[in-house]
Amino acid sequence: MSADEREHSTRPFEFQSRLNLTLLTGIRAHDLAELVRHLKTAPGAVIYHHTHHFLVQHQFLSPEPPNDFAYWVTHILLEERLGEELAAIDILRFNTIRSLRDALVEVIDAHLDQTAELRTAPPGTEFHFMRSVSFVLPTGKRVGSLKEFHDALALVSLGSLAYHMFDARLRLENGDNDFSQWIEHELNQGQLAAELRALDPYTYTQEGLRRRIMIAIELRLGS
Amino acid sequence: MDQRLANYGSVVGDAVIDELRHLGERLAGKRVINVNSTRVGGGVAEILGRLVPLMREIGLEVRWEVIRGTEDFFILTKNLHNALHGASVAFGPAEREVFNEVTNHNLDTIDLQADVVFIHDPQPAGLIRARDQHGGKWIWRCHIDVSAPAAGAWEFVAPFVQHYDMSVFSAPQFARVLDIPQVLIAPSIDPLSDKNRELTQSEVEEALARLGVRSDKPIVTQISRFDRLKDPIGVLDAWRSARRRFDCQLILAGGAAVDDPESVQVLKEVRERADDDPDVHILDLPPTSNVEINAIQRASAVVIQKSLKEGFGLTVSEALWKKKPVIAGAVGGIPLQIKHKYSGILTHTVEGTAFWIKQLLSAPEFAHRLGENGHAHVMNNFLLTRHLRDYLLAFLFVADGNKDIIQL
Repeated sequence: MSADEREHSTRPFEFQSRLNLTLLTGIRAHDLAELVRHLKTAPGAVIYHHTHHFLVQHQFLSPEPPNDFAYWVTHILLEERLGEELAAIDILRFNTIRSLRDALVEVIDAHLDQTAELRTAPPGTEFHFMRSVSFVLPTGKRVGSLKEFHDALALVSLGSLAYHMFDARLRLENGDNDFSQWIEHELNQGQLAAELRALDPYTYTQEGLRRRIMIAIELRLGS
Repeated sequence: MDQRLANYGSVVGDAVIDELRHLGERLAGKRVINVNSTRVGGGVAEILGRLVPLMREIGLEVRWEVIRGTEDFFILTKNLHNALHGASVAFGPAEREVFNEVTNHNLDTIDLQADVVFIHDPQPAGLIRARDQHGGKWIWRCHIDVSAPAAGAWEFVAPFVQHYDMSVFSAPQFARVLDIPQVLIAPSIDPLSDKNRELTQSEVEEALARLGVRSDKPIVTQISRFDRLKDPIGVLDAWRSARRRFDCQLILAGGAAVDDPESVQVLKEVRERADDDPDVHILDLPPTSNVEINAIQRASAVVIQKSLKEGFGLTVSEALWKKKPVIAGAVGGIPLQIKHKYSGILTHTVEGTAFWIKQLLSAPEFAHRLGENGHAHVMNNFLLTRHLRDYLLAFLFVADGNKDIIQL
């Protein structure tokens, strides 16, 4: 441990958890033109839902496309090239839902500019726009040291992991994940914080992400 | 105090149970009344029977009331149910009068004073008329697909539905555009029930022996009512085609209700088609055969649900929970449970079903992976604890207004 690093923080880290309830908008898209039209006006909670619920509902799919748009375009409309482009959008590049939406729209619009005929989804496979309502609740786990942090991380729900790693950065627009924030500012361990910040959480399964973070901390604790 | 909820901790993890208890604290003392049309029989009564005790355990004051109706009323609501599913039935002033009369009678007899009034399906939907008198938040829980109703059917229930604070649907494609918020809450299976709990090897073997099924060849199974929409003949034909390349046996297990002449007829046709083949086991099981169904699913190499039309199709989740590779029709709620080639196989034809039976029997490692993925998917999405959590969140949402992020 270097001189500036602290073993204990004066401000403990409080693990929160997040539970989502899915709301239906009743809006459906049958083809790409309808998809992009609704995308342009959909509330942020809709964009968030379709780019993040996959992480929890289909964990085994990761590292497959983490967003519903890519899945629908690839597997229902069979537009594989566009599906690949949508799946490849690097969500970590964006700090707001609005900018993520703009990127999705831009990719689809560019495709539509070069497409004369639109494929229509077979009946029963339309795209249903939905929205996530998030409930944030305390877990009661408060930790002061990196060791305590590590041990608590092993026990918290995946909703807690998702809240601090995904929602804090993008949905709450904090610009960073909560773990890196606390480790950097409260424990003065900039290198570990940077390491966690550099992880692409969208490429892991949720349990895989938890293990990856824990290993990074274990290496630090062991050094 | 009853500690049933704690038993689920060993299945879903203690963190999930802690979250449920936390939600319970937020809702402690809230009075919730559920109203449906039957205490026993049918999926709605079964799920209420499981959820109501858990809601009470975590601190809510929950009542469950059942409306009383005349024979005319229940004939009308059965027709309404079919018409909401698309069957052509006419509704005139006489039907509305029958509906209103029974609704009025129940308004006089059921105490609807509560913080949340949770009304299940169309039969009791008219009770919303008491809203101004009693207050509380009113939720309409629709368990059926109302996306393509026959003319007049939706118009029959819409005047009631529009006065609720919120509606709940089981699948996105079952819903329609409404002026009130619509929440998506899928149904669930209970991992601790006789139909889904872990069985020992000897329990499985004993059940199979009771049913006269051998275990010397791989078993392909469909568990379903003998109903044309479940296509048992198609399953038999698909299995026959697959067996030419891979020796295996078939179990078609389900009930044929004596009060449903069509199911008796379908069962007869399936038996004729099977032509006394010793590798085909057609089992007409009584409704209490939960352990037997569990054992059959666990003993199977492949489980099929070749529905042509389906509600949510929870038998798929039952089989996935047992880590079985499932081949199912891409209808109703089944695509929510299976992502093709990741957590199961979706097919559209007899030929496709036959092809995948062969493939899965020949590639046990791939089949195993589908089953493992399916199990994980059910763990995250279709267990009773998730169902309970969603209902609690819906109660909090309806109380807190239409916000995207709610701090508890």
